[in-house]
Amino acid sequence: MSVAFRRLCLLSPALLVILLLVGVPLCLMAWVSLLDKGGSAGVDWSSAPSAANYVRLVWEEDFDGTMILNTGYLLIFLRSVALAAVTTVLSLALGLPVALWMASLSRTGRDVMLLLITIPFWTNLLVRNYAWLIILREDGWVSQFVNMLSPWPVQLLYNDAAVAIGLTYSFLPFTILPLYTVFEKFDWRLLEAAHDLGATRRRALRRVVLPIATPGIVAGALLVFIPCLGAFVTPALLGGGKTLMLGNIIQMQFGASRNWPFGATLAVVLLAIMLVVMTAMALWRNRRTA
Amino acid sequence: MTQVPPSPAVSIRTVSKSFGKGIYAFRVLDDVSLDIGRREFFTLLGPSGCGKTTLLRLIAGFETADSGAIAIEGEDVTARPPFHRPVNTVFQSYALFPHLTVEQNVAFALEEQGMARDAIRRRVGEALEMMRMGAFARRRPAELSGGQQQRVALARALAPRPRVLLLDEPLSALDLKLRKEMQIELKMLQEEAGITFLFVTHDQEEALTLSDRVAVMQSGRILQMGSPREIYEAPTHRFVADFIGDINLLDGEALPGGGVRLDSGTVLPAAHAASGRVTVAIRPERARLVPAGTGALEATLVHSAYLGTAMLHKLELPVGGTFLLRQSDPAEAAPEAGRRVGLSLPGEALRVLAQ
Repeated sequence: MSVAFRRLCLLSPALLVILLLVGVPLCLMAWVSLLDKGGSAGVDWSSAPSAANYVRLVWEEDFDGTMILNTGYLLIFLRSVALAAVTTVLSLALGLPVALWMASLSRTGRDVMLLLITIPFWTNLLVRNYAWLIILREDGWVSQFVNMLSPWPVQLLYNDAAVAIGLTYSFLPFTILPLYTVFEKFDWRLLEAAHDLGATRRRALRRVVLPIATPGIVAGALLVFIPCLGAFVTPALLGGGKTLMLGNIIQMQFGASRNWPFGATLAVVLLAIMLVVMTAMALWRNRRTA
Repeated sequence: MTQVPPSPAVSIRTVSKSFGKGIYAFRVLDDVSLDIGRREFFTLLGPSGCGKTTLLRLIAGFETADSGAIAIEGEDVTARPPFHRPVNTVFQSYALFPHLTVEQNVAFALEEQGMARDAIRRRVGEALEMMRMGAFARRRPAELSGGQQQRVALARALAPRPRVLLLDEPLSALDLKLRKEMQIELKMLQEEAGITFLFVTHDQEEALTLSDRVAVMQSGRILQMGSPREIYEAPTHRFVADFIGDINLLDGEALPGGGVRLDSGTVLPAAHAASGRVTVAIRPERARLVPAGTGALEATLVHSAYLGTAMLHKLELPVGGTFLLRQSDPAEAAPEAGRRVGLSLPGEALRVLAQ
């Protein structure tokens, strides 16, 4: 038996899983995105494949048959990317000091903190987002407190800010954990060395701590940005239906609208955006370490 | 015109430091004072936990003293953070920045000083050339051997031309041969760079070889300070005598007007101004083997080891305890093991230490 054949045999279980559970569904989704919507089943399997659904993302047929620009979906894409980006930045800004502080704790302290950070995962995401509904609503004490300080009335719920807060809350652990694993292994004598060579605390952070933490920062950013793009529970609840994100319209196409092909189209585009972001990150990292 | 003597490179005044709180407080440094001269190679020597590294970290600014003052070339730096002190450190673990190349590591301090780009390049080149590491400028620390990392750490600490270079057991991670090479190199470097070196080590041989002056520390105090010769030949404490090199310690009673009556009853003609219980110390190379019955002490030869340049004899004293004797000419005839021999102890070689 040749080495190549044996290698293939050994790899076959993994290849099979990837093929059946990742490859086939992805191809199916891409294929469906080219079809017409059907009656009750959602997809008209006998229709001829066309790029009509992709055209529909940007162009709209007017009553007289001319194509006019439709910015509706584009805006939702842009808003999704912007909200995901804001959430990523907020999560990193909050997660970095927490992770640094955790790494400075004793063993027991670290274990307790890790437990506390994972506890929210024991509760359903929907429930946790309902909790934010109660915290931010008009008669809630947070809202009352903010309105007491603010010279003009402030609405905390059912807007982009509420969605960003909810998303940041949901995804914060995904930045804390990879950053913590970096800082846990961090050699603090490097910080002393930096001070010794004349770097102030701020400079040492910038020149030594952050560069060494870069793998954790990149991992944390991707772990927040990617699921944020597809999030639909948080915008549905905290955005009050006004702040739609990609996840919401995809869910709508597969649900209420029963237009699976268009839903698949949106999902393929979302996937493409993620691929672009991840490739860009990987290239940037390779260039830095080269 | 009278000239004001220059202030010492490092001046430490009544510095104390404790770690922990309340009943768990542990005094690491206890009222330590010392002056280190300019361009001096000064070594803090002591066993682990004696406070030598803490003292170095206080001078670097990584720790703050509970009381006392530290001045560098006459400037009080007690309250200054490490990045505002004119000293640099060579760490025991080297602490090179893993994400930077060798030359970026060496340039770090110069960039923090805001030096011009081409001046930095020149200075980095000089520093690497001095440590013969020019060929490795583009490598990362992980791609270097321990000895090479050591050189980069030295180049990095010397590049900003500090007033004082602090070295925290920098050679302890190297193997013996490399350590010997680096010792010579360090000494030459110090003379060449004309910088004050403060060296911390637990290796007494290293301390004696390198230093202009040595301070022997124990339990947060300086027991004795002096040239390597003084420390070796004229220890003032039993601990110092025992810690530095091999030595024979014989307990006894000081006799008024000179001489010590050992616990075995023998009286040794050692000069002293002490009274009460004392210890007589003698180095193995200062005692001589003589025929039984003619020496100051009687002993039984237990074992002889050939060392190439000398013979080391291990002897058993009749009252118990061993006695080491170094015979500097290995060609000289030596008695067989098990024989009774005499020990000649010249009076000028005996040191009387208070207990």
